[in-house]
Amino acid sequence: MSNAKKSRTIKVDYMARVEGEGALFLKIRDGKVSDVKLKIFEPPRFFEAFLRGRKWTEAPDITARICGICPIAYQSSSISAMESIVGAKIDGPIRELRRLVYCGEWIESHVLHMAMLHAPDFLGYEDAIQMAKDHPDVVKNALRLKKIGNELMTVVGGREIHPINLRVGGFYRTPTKKQLLAMRDDLLWACDASVALTKLVSTFEFPDFERDYEFVAMRHPGEYPLWEGRLVSNRGLDIPIEDFFKHFEEEHVKHSTSLHSFVKLRGAYHVGPLARFNLNFDRLTPRCRELAQEIGVTPPCTNPFKSIVVRGFETLYACEESLRIIESYEEPEKPFIELAPRAGRGHGCSEAPRGICYHTYAIDDNGVITDARIAPPTAQNQRTMEEDLAAFVPRHADLPDDKLTWRCEQAVRNYDPCISCSCHFLRLHVDRD
Amino acid sequence: MAAAHKPKLAVWKFASCDGCQLSLLDCEDELLAVADAVEIAYFPEATRAVVKGPYDVSLVEGSITTSHDAERIQKIRKQSKCVITIGACATSGGIQALRNFADVAEYTKYVYASPGYISTLAASTPISSHIYVDFELQGCPINKLQLVEVLNAFLHGHKPNVASHSLCIECKRRGIPCVMVAQGIPCMGPVTHAGCGSICPSYNRGCYSCYGPMETPNTASLAAWFGKLGTDRADVVRKFRTFYAGKDAYRKESERHEQR
Repeated sequence: MSNAKKSRTIKVDYMARVEGEGALFLKIRDGKVSDVKLKIFEPPRFFEAFLRGRKWTEAPDITARICGICPIAYQSSSISAMESIVGAKIDGPIRELRRLVYCGEWIESHVLHMAMLHAPDFLGYEDAIQMAKDHPDVVKNALRLKKIGNELMTVVGGREIHPINLRVGGFYRTPTKKQLLAMRDDLLWACDASVALTKLVSTFEFPDFERDYEFVAMRHPGEYPLWEGRLVSNRGLDIPIEDFFKHFEEEHVKHSTSLHSFVKLRGAYHVGPLARFNLNFDRLTPRCRELAQEIGVTPPCTNPFKSIVVRGFETLYACEESLRIIESYEEPEKPFIELAPRAGRGHGCSEAPRGICYHTYAIDDNGVITDARIAPPTAQNQRTMEEDLAAFVPRHADLPDDKLTWRCEQAVRNYDPCISCSCHFLRLHVDRD
Repeated sequence: MAAAHKPKLAVWKFASCDGCQLSLLDCEDELLAVADAVEIAYFPEATRAVVKGPYDVSLVEGSITTSHDAERIQKIRKQSKCVITIGACATSGGIQALRNFADVAEYTKYVYASPGYISTLAASTPISSHIYVDFELQGCPINKLQLVEVLNAFLHGHKPNVASHSLCIECKRRGIPCVMVAQGIPCMGPVTHAGCGSICPSYNRGCYSCYGPMETPNTASLAAWFGKLGTDRADVVRKFRTFYAGKDAYRKESERHEQR
């Protein structure tokens, strides 16, 4: 019946299993998408505005509150930005601990996304709790894996949501070697569990859908990127992070409280696990690369639905990297370096589970913030999500509304949209009439 | 006989970071048991399924910052037997209540290229400013074990066992030396609601009051102590004006120290 109709409207008023508030509006005319809007109705919270007048040392505690799923990303980027103002270079065990706590966030967020938010789509369940009835071991193992990520955040950061222990210059208190080694057995289990979860999700049926993206991610000379690196893309971009706004532009569109980002003169781009994987495959551990070869998902991977598999590789990476760090860790003499403010502007960027999170601040001689700009990952992916839908929907225009709606939601969940992230950022409306 | 009725749980979001509802998903050890004890009738962050109200328990996260949300919360109250607000945003207006001390039009212009597209209220307010609330669970983020306790209490009809004393008591119980007495670090602990487990003092830093004011806090006395420790007035204002800036006790104390 439905394919006999020339045009129709589908709307999803509230996207489920994404973090935050948004809607999707699609207008289909003669089987073609004539309009697609990812509507972000997360109310504005004005972080950049009220950061002005706060002390530079407060930024990590305050910006953490932009997102409950990836607070470390916000803390890391704001800390890097502040340290860059005074030219501080943090090395040794403190730098290692920063990577460790970030690995905890990757594990917690990736497993939440893979098992609780995304896998139910592929298996046809409304949620992970329903899925747990038929696949109890999958869900229980995923919960245990996620918990290990949260425990890393707690051991290093003090708690799993909005950690309290990260500061400009280092940490308030560093963990003992013994505390870290206590995580060793769990992490050994976690490596195997993440391999099993990755293999499982790789057997899902993926829509035959590829797009020619500009992938943007950080790139570090010797490491898979977390806290540091330059910004690179598969179309020749290779810049220091302080040049972010020379190459990227934000546009404020009417249907979104989140800004849309573009590469100047080129357009939409793609950040997140797929971008990191494609641009940094050589920096993964041998076990991750072997798993990727075995599964048959290797760069270039341009099917956004396979991001769930790539999250698996990155979960394994984060578990292996955590093991490496806790085994080689030596307790530092001091948990932080004392830094004095001086007037200037700084830039920070780190790889949130869902993509690059860029911050820039200006401070005065007393360390009071005078200007703040934050480009969160979801805002950067927003235009790409809309373009995915415009390309994806026509192939499925024959599906009845409820099935098409679910497909579209799934296409959006590829990105792990973390709508509250976009703070300055879903419902599906498909209009076929 | 009809089968025993499972209480229906709904989880609602307003302006927030989602961290407090995430706390429920972070109950890795308890999640499946909770899902067994209640019917998760509405929880968009976790499920597509929607069961119509009325609901036995509504958990509300986030603060009211738009006129649309001010209407939405009324509808939620009408279809909920009991409303529990969770987190600093829902119980005090949250960090976004910093706008209450500023000009929202200026904020909008600063953040957005086209301020005309943005519609927002001048103040961020807690849920209890709009509707009757049965219980408020404080914290930024809330403590997930306290959340399980509160849910359990409401399901079984007893009072939640959530302490209302100050953070100082938690420090004493844990044997953590007072960071203010021993190290001269300004600490919000004496006026802060217990519940986090005194994390910050155990990490050698002063509490920054992410659990908000305790019952009847003596803010003036603490502010005087900050003065003796050499904290300047602007810093005292900032200390009372973070995640619980919208709560009366903190708002008033912050205003007392503002330079005129």
